[in-house]
Amino acid sequence: MIITEILSYPFLSRALFVGFLISISSSLLGVSLVLRRYSMIGDGLSHVGFGALGIASLLSLSPLYVTLPVVVVSAFLLLRLSQRKGGGDSAIALLSSSALAIGVAAVSIGGVNTDLNAFLFGSILSVSRSDALISLAVSLVTLSAYLVFYHQIYATTFDPAFAKATGLRCERYNNLLALLTALVIVVGMRMLGSMLISSLLIFPSLSAMKVARTYFRVSVIAAAESVAAFLAGFIASYALSLPTGASIVIAHMLIFIILSASGLIIRRIHSVIS
Amino acid sequence: MNLIIGNDITIGYEGEPVVSHLTFSVESGDYICIVGENGSGKSTFVKSVLGLIPPLSGKIVFSGGLRQDSIGYLPQRSAIQQDFPSSVTEIVLSGCLNRHHRLFGYSREEKARCRTMLERLGIAGLSSLSFQELSGGQQQRVLLARAMMATERLLLLDEPATGLDPQATAELYSMIDSLNGSGITVMMVTHDIHPALNAAGKILHFSHDGYFFGPKDEYFKSEKGMTFMKEAGHDHH
Repeated sequence: MIITEILSYPFLSRALFVGFLISISSSLLGVSLVLRRYSMIGDGLSHVGFGALGIASLLSLSPLYVTLPVVVVSAFLLLRLSQRKGGGDSAIALLSSSALAIGVAAVSIGGVNTDLNAFLFGSILSVSRSDALISLAVSLVTLSAYLVFYHQIYATTFDPAFAKATGLRCERYNNLLALLTALVIVVGMRMLGSMLISSLLIFPSLSAMKVARTYFRVSVIAAAESVAAFLAGFIASYALSLPTGASIVIAHMLIFIILSASGLIIRRIHSVIS
Repeated sequence: MNLIIGNDITIGYEGEPVVSHLTFSVESGDYICIVGENGSGKSTFVKSVLGLIPPLSGKIVFSGGLRQDSIGYLPQRSAIQQDFPSSVTEIVLSGCLNRHHRLFGYSREEKARCRTMLERLGIAGLSSLSFQELSGGQQQRVLLARAMMATERLLLLDEPATGLDPQATAELYSMIDSLNGSGITVMMVTHDIHPALNAAGKILHFSHDGYFFGPKDEYFKSEKGMTFMKEAGHDHH
């Protein structure tokens, strides 16, 4: 009933559709990112995205046209940083807070304070018709690239040394993953906000790994968890007038807690049986 | 028939030679043990053979239809994340990605080959289990099956017995012996003298003052061989 009510508003059904696609793409990418220990890249990129949004609003440019190239370039930069010996995590942290500072400064010069909240925590109203089209295109590109290169992404994640030795171009799949992550963050950021988007990458795979033990199952459960959390959060946000991004992340968190607990119980039962 | 030939090559990192003027050859059916103290060039050699680092001078030549990207490589088990969610089948199938050309999924032939490999290594019953649930010896067999999906001609094993208990070690070595007996060429880096004593035909020994490459019998008569034996607690009679 509440669904039909939501669907009667064109802007809400648009947001629902875009969020659905982003949830699936981000959860699949997240599985590989988390297993490669690249979670920080997602987090760093969302901060860079915020900085780019601030600049775009200051210069009155279309947000997507500014954030897209900036975040994609940063994705490759962050990938190189994280491949450094020692992880380069301090460099990533510096880049994140610098981008955040630039974004805040740009927004305050622009003097439109309402934007700040939307940039940081997302806004459903920001999903325009052209945004929806671009999001659709980006999500389809991400999904199809992921599906076509699924086995290669898996192999280069599981054992890069073996993959390289048998002639797989690991570097190519690292770059692909960074590029797809950047795209998903850019389109997802406007609705969920730059502070919250990285949880969309990380929560689904962590939740799935609590209950699944094969790569395929982890991928499927992560995608299902992501869609479920999105729908639950979206409906809760409509029903209880909560900010959408925050209620989606809270839904992820609750599912994570439930799956962690049930994963523990399942393992306890297994150890009692065997 | 030669599979790999290195003629007077120098290998190392970033212009720093680790092993100089190395001449070796791998013939089809060989069982070569690669031994030597830490830092003497064993892993540099492995990486050079795999093409991960180019030789500083000279060239490693592949022949007899063997290609660099079709070496069945068994990396050190410690290089693999132990908590990685992955089924045995997923891991073994990924071994044939070097010759994989389909857009989606694996072909029926590839899946059949995977089943054959699992049976051959005695792990068919584990196919749907997760890698993290297996014992060290079982994990090693899974990685061996994956290496054989990449090629059935030459296996390059990097310290396969590390971290295994004595029984699993013995089982693994006898598995490798029987693979070699069925015609698969084996190159194995090892700390352990026993496979060198028993199964190997040739020894490649790296030390800081040079290397030895030759048949096992000659090796155990050489100075390097005798020192190695003494250090391992075997008196040479």
